[in-house]
This record gives sequence, C-alpha cells and structure tokens, in this order.
Amino acid sequence: MSMRRREFLNLAALATGGALLTRLSLAHASERKSRLVVVIMRGALDGLAAVAPYGDRDYAQLRGEFALRAPGEAGGALPLNGFFGLHPSLKFMQQCYAARELTVLHALASPYRERSHFDGQDVLENGSGHAHALQSGWLNRALAAAPRSAQREAGVALGQNVPLLMRGPAAVTSWSPSKLTALDDDTLARITDLYAGDALLSGRLADALAANATLASEEGEGAMMAVSAPAAMTPAQAGAAAPAGNARYAEVVRAAAGFLRQDEGPKVAVFDTTGWDTHANEGGAQGQLAGRLSALDQGLATLRQELGPVWSDTAVLLVTEFGRTAAINGTRGTDHGTAAAGFLIGGAVAGGRVIADWPGLSARALYQGRDLAPTLDLRSVLKGLLADHLAVPQRALEETVFPDSAAATPRRDLLRG
Amino acid sequence: MQPSFTSAIAANRFGLGARPGELAAIGADARDWLLAQLKGGAPALPDSTLQSSVQILASALRLRRDIQAERKAGEDVQQKLPQFLKPIYVSEVTARFAAAVATERPFVERLTQFWANHFAVSIDKQFLAGLAGSFEREAIRPHVLGNFTELLLAVEKHPAMLLYLDNHLSVGPHSPAAARAERRQSERKIGINENLAREILELHTLGVGGGYTQKDVTTFAEVITGWSIGGEGGRFAQGEPGMFVFREELHEPGTKVVLGRSYADEGFLQGAAVLRDVARTRAAANFIATKLTRHFLADDPPPAVVERVADVFMHSGGDLPRVYRALIDSSEAWTQPLAKYKTPCDYVISSYRGLSLPVEGHAPLAPFELLGQRTWQPGSPAGWPDRSADWDGASALIKRIQWADAVGARLGSGRDAAQLAPQLLGANLSEATRTAVARAASAEQAVTLLLAAPEFMRR
Repeated sequence: MSMRRREFLNLAALATGGALLTRLSLAHASERKSRLVVVIMRGALDGLAAVAPYGDRDYAQLRGEFALRAPGEAGGALPLNGFFGLHPSLKFMQQCYAARELTVLHALASPYRERSHFDGQDVLENGSGHAHALQSGWLNRALAAAPRSAQREAGVALGQNVPLLMRGPAAVTSWSPSKLTALDDDTLARITDLYAGDALLSGRLADALAANATLASEEGEGAMMAVSAPAAMTPAQAGAAAPAGNARYAEVVRAAAGFLRQDEGPKVAVFDTTGWDTHANEGGAQGQLAGRLSALDQGLATLRQELGPVWSDTAVLLVTEFGRTAAINGTRGTDHGTAAAGFLIGGAVAGGRVIADWPGLSARALYQGRDLAPTLDLRSVLKGLLADHLAVPQRALEETVFPDSAAATPRRDLLRG
Repeated sequence: MQPSFTSAIAANRFGLGARPGELAAIGADARDWLLAQLKGGAPALPDSTLQSSVQILASALRLRRDIQAERKAGEDVQQKLPQFLKPIYVSEVTARFAAAVATERPFVERLTQFWANHFAVSIDKQFLAGLAGSFEREAIRPHVLGNFTELLLAVEKHPAMLLYLDNHLSVGPHSPAAARAERRQSERKIGINENLAREILELHTLGVGGGYTQKDVTTFAEVITGWSIGGEGGRFAQGEPGMFVFREELHEPGTKVVLGRSYADEGFLQGAAVLRDVARTRAAANFIATKLTRHFLADDPPPAVVERVADVFMHSGGDLPRVYRALIDSSEAWTQPLAKYKTPCDYVISSYRGLSLPVEGHAPLAPFELLGQRTWQPGSPAGWPDRSADWDGASALIKRIQWADAVGARLGSGRDAAQLAPQLLGANLSEATRTAVARAASAEQAVTLLLAAPEFMRR
C-alpha cells in the first residue's frame, strides 16, 4: 500500500506544483456545504421486492413463493410503517429509517412509460422527459445553475467515464483507482503541451490531475484505502456473487467519501450499481436479489462510516430507470415494468417516512394490467432536493434542469429544516 | 482527399490501426484495399484448440450437477464453476486478440467485433464466461460476410444467447408443460419470460422506436417459447446436452399475430418466420444502418449516408458485403479524419499493431481490464456504447497515458517512435506530435508520446 500511496502522491504533487496550483489555491476551506450522492441502480430495481407492501391484500398472491412476510415472522420484512417493509437484506437502511435518516419513495417513476432499459436510463439521466432529447444530464445542469463555489470541479463520477447524468456545461471529473505507476513530471508536462491545441484532451487531463490532487490532499485513511484498492475484479471474482459485490461497492464508496469529506472537494458524487435486471431466479428473502441488496446496504453503511461528520450534511439519492412486473414471471423472476421504489438517505434527510400515494396492486389498479402504477413523479422529488439541498434556483429548475416539468410540483419537505 | 489521408482513414478507422508498412501498401487505392478484404472466406479464428460451445456447455452442465450433489454433501464448491470457465474465457480472449493484432483483413475483424457487440452477451451471467467466445466463433463469424437474416437466426438460436436472455426456460401458458403443472397443482409458477423477445426487437432488429408494442413483445415471447437447450431445465432436460433444441412441450400453441402479421403454429418455424420478416423491415434497415455508420463515420452520422446504407440493406435483402460497400462508397466516409474517439479495445489493439508488440501469454487481459473494456463484458445486452462521451472521461484518459507510459518503459529503446509515427498516422500526424516525438528525452518517452498523441487517441 505504501508504494502505491507514494506514487499517487507523486502524481498529485506534480499536479499541484504546476499550472493547477493557482486554480486549486483559489479554493477556500471551511464553508459548510451540502453534499449529494446519486446512486444509479442500472437494470431496473424490483421496487416491490426492495420495499414490500406486505399490507396490500394482493401482494402475497402476486409474489407467490417470493412474497416477503410481515415483520416479526421468519424471513419477514424489516418494519417501516405497518404497511410497507424493507427487504431483510437492507438492515443498515432500516436503522437509518429508525433514526429518521431514510425516506422511502414508492410508486415512483420518471416520465418514461416504455420498457427499454437504455431509453429508460437516458430519460432518468437527461431530465427532459424524452429519450435522447438532451445530450447533457439534469445533475450537471443543476450544478451549472447552483451558486458558484470556489473549486473547479463541482462533481465527481466514480468510474473511468462520466455518465450522461453528469455530462454538461459544469466542470466535473471522473476518478477510478489505478494499479499503474504515476507518470514522471517531465513526460506529463510534455503531454500537457502536446494537448494544448486539443480542447477535449487538455480539459480532460486537467480534470484528472485536479481530481487526483483533491483526493491526495485528503489525509484520512479512507483515501488511502481507495487508492490502494484493486482496480477491478477478475472475471472469476466477479462471478463469485456477494463478497466481490461488497468489495466493489466498498471501493467506490470509500473513494466517493474521500472526495466529499473535503471542504475544497466536489460536493456531488455519482456512481452506478448494476445487477438489478432480475428476469430469472430472483429469489425472495434470500437468493440473487437479496445478495445484491445486501451489498448495496453494506456499501451505504461504509459510506456513512467514511463520511464521518460530513454525513450530517449529506443526502444520498438511490434511483433506478423503472420498476418490474408486479407478478412473478415464468422463470421465477420479473420482467420490465413501470413504477419503482427509490430512497433518500443521509443526515440531511428528513427521514423516517414512506412517501407513497399507493395505487394498490389489484388487477384494475396495475398499469397496463401488469405493473405497479406510477403516482409519484421523480422530477417532483429531484426539484425539491436540488432546490433545498444545493440551492438551485427555482427558475433554473423549471427552465433548464427539467424543461417542461411544470406539472411536477417540487417537494419541499424532503430535507431537515 | 490526398491518398495519404485516405490510406490513414482506411487503416485506422475501417481497420484496427496501421501496422508499419500498411499505409504504404494501401497507397492510393484505399477503397480497393477495403473491398478486397470482403472477398474470401468467413473470418474464422486460426486457433484450432478452442472447444465448441456444445462441448463447453455439456461439461458445465455436468459440473453444475456434480456441484449441486457435492453441496448437499457439505463441500465447499463455490469456485468450481468459475475455475472451469475462466481458463476457457482467457483462451478465447487471447485468441481473438492475437487474430486482431495479426490480421491482414483488419476491416473484416472490426466488422466481426461490431456484430459481436451488436448481438452482445456479457460474461457476468452464469456460463457466459465459457460461452461468449464460442458464440462469436459459431454464430457471428460465419455470417459476417453473409446475410443479416442468417446472422440473426444463428445468433438467436445459439445456446449462449438463449441462456443470456433467459429464453431456455420460458414456458407457454397453454403449453403441455403448463397443463401438466396445472394438473399437479405445482407451487412453482409457469409462464413466459419476455427478455429475449424484447431485446431481439429493441436491440437486434427494429430499434427502440421501431414500431412494436408491449403486446408484440409478449406475443413474440410466446412464439419463441420452446427455443431451448438440451440438458438444461430440470425435468424438461431431454435433448443433446448443450445443443439448441426446440421443446414442443414448452411451446405456446396456436396462430400468433406479431407486428400485424399472422403466423401459423409450425413449432420452431413460427419463430424463425417472425425473425425472417423482422430482419427485412425498413425499421431494421434503418437501425442497422445507423449503428454501422455511427461506428465507422461519426458519432452523429450524416442522415444522407444512413439512408443510403439502409436503402442498400433493403434492396439487397440484408446482403452484408453490399451494405459495407455502400458505406465505403459514401464520399462522407473519406472526409473528416479522426472523427471517432477510440474505445479502449481499439486503443490497445492499434498500439499492439503499430508497435509490433508480441502477444505473449494472456497479453490483452490486463490492459482491457485497466482501461475499462473487458472483452465480452459490456454488462448489458445493449453492448458497449459507441460515442466519444462514453469513453473520453478524465480518469479513462489518465489510464491510457499511464498504460502508454508502461508500454514505453517495457520497450525501452526497442522502437524508433519518430520513424514509426508517419507510418502509423500518415497524413494525420500533426506537426506538434512529430516534434514532440522527435525531441523526446528518451526512446521510451518517445513511444509514450506517440501513443498519447491526440491523433492516436482517435481513428
């Protein structure tokens, strides 16, 4: 670890020693600021499995062998409000709920009403209401409209590349751990010169060096662990279900926390989780989905631990592109659906609530006779969150961040006052 | 455009990156160089030691049965299947990579990679680590220079695709198997799984705006119930293990209407008939033409070229070499050099080709993992994305540069980058890069600068 740590600092020292020093030194410490983490659950999380409406009279029949029992029974859901229960894998989240730091959002949906993952994710991220209508993400446009802060990068994507959600006019960067040695400063200076006439590459290189410098200036154990963590799983490890999944989440959330802990660092971090597309052998209280949820839950617990006192200024939003069919399909899984569940978690969240205008699960209530019907517009949640947490002006929210979303009234009750 | 530009475009954008001497060999006849590659046989892999998917899947199914028995006996068997599958994956990736580095028909190899990504499977699903390579060899390669309809049929009935998109256990609600379960009052729910049907329409043929409805998806899923695999499926486990099998007892009986057309129930042939019709729609022609032109011309390809290529797709009944020719014949293909940002896969292969790096051991695995594009692991049936913004992230760039640095360090003074630069980049070589490489502090730094150059990051 010490070796990698040293090499990494070398690269970072180089960055701060060069032209970037001016920019970084503009950042002033201290002002307490809100942090936002957005976790995209790609693949369509089964909201009826993650947050079971065990009090709904149609639920058990639709879910058959995978229906979760009421809290207190063997393999039962974890208690929320007497009607909904959390999947038993979500132990940390249930503690947060009890501590009023988790708000569950149910029957939640973006404006997208078809069933393509890829268009669904595009709508989730671009914020326009239509797939491919915008080439930038709502979160980036929100950052561009938010009050300016001193640092160059307002946000960081944990991964090699920046997802659509974070693309746009505001400066953001991406970061992922590397197993390779740092570059020597002469080579880096020459490459910087070589990129001088190339707007894309010179910008990206500056972003990368700034991100490394930000993380290196952080003296906590978290950053060191993030830097020394393995870059990626081997295929064999990736195939080994839960432990590998846990390690991957832990690696990502430690790096995210390393950025967010700092006053000069970015205030927004984004990362993906995958494995939610449970078409076959989904499982119930135990099984495939249970393992994924457990990894997610432990990742969130790690995030809180790593953020330390900053947790109290943090809101973590977990969203997915759409939900899954209400009934189990022919291969003990669920197919693409419509409304899903989402989560807002963190010390800044006015939690201990389930926000749901529950449509019911009767045959008549289901959307197109098969899916949980959407009753909560995701944009209402996002607009309220961005207004109250990141101080994004109302006008920008309506005009540039979520165009044509006037019908989605912002929810201004999501955060602690 | 000058020959030096067209040869650089042919080798770097249509090919897999120039090898030393390749641009000179192409000379002024860039178009002919590409067309010549389309003649000749299907692009098979030379490695004869690779197993067929039937062999691999039969062994894997047997192993899984053994594991289930051993697990009941309390043994730790968690790693047994990965231990069987991983060496197969490594051999397949290495063979594919070695072929890409060595090939004299890089255009055809790039087309193979394009189709493998269009019909993507991902190794994060059980068994696929062992099957992704044989799937590409058996279902993709034989048809890359053939007809789209035949390609589509080969793909959709391949066990790798049936497993990946869950069709092998999909059961018609009025099938004999469902009736039997009803009689036994089976606890276990029996019915269709619409995953494969949806992705065939959305990702393989019509595209998401291609005019199908949820009803079409559901009905089409019923049509292809019974498309399954021998040896899989518990009590339905008849058939040769690992082979495609049509299971009549899972098939939803009856005439079906898909996309407004009625199909009589002829068992397997019903699904094949739907695929044949779907493959020849204008929506499929547009979808394939858009993806091909995006891959070869620009992130946002000129609509006129897309339409021209789609027209040829329609008129020729999906004759792929004629479709490729329409692409090459478009004047737009030969303007705007460096319009595409390389994927990590492009970047590593072109580096190996350009520097004549030896493919030793499991050469490609580490860089593909490091740079974020593990072979056959796009993580979703949509395959890897194909636009600059998907690959040009800050962290991704610094990793390429670090990898380039490691390559330079490994080669030491073994390569003369200043002499190679014009051979690899032709007319795209900028004065800035030429100067930087010439003035490098060492031979190894010169290699690093060449690989890090803006014109080597693009194709």
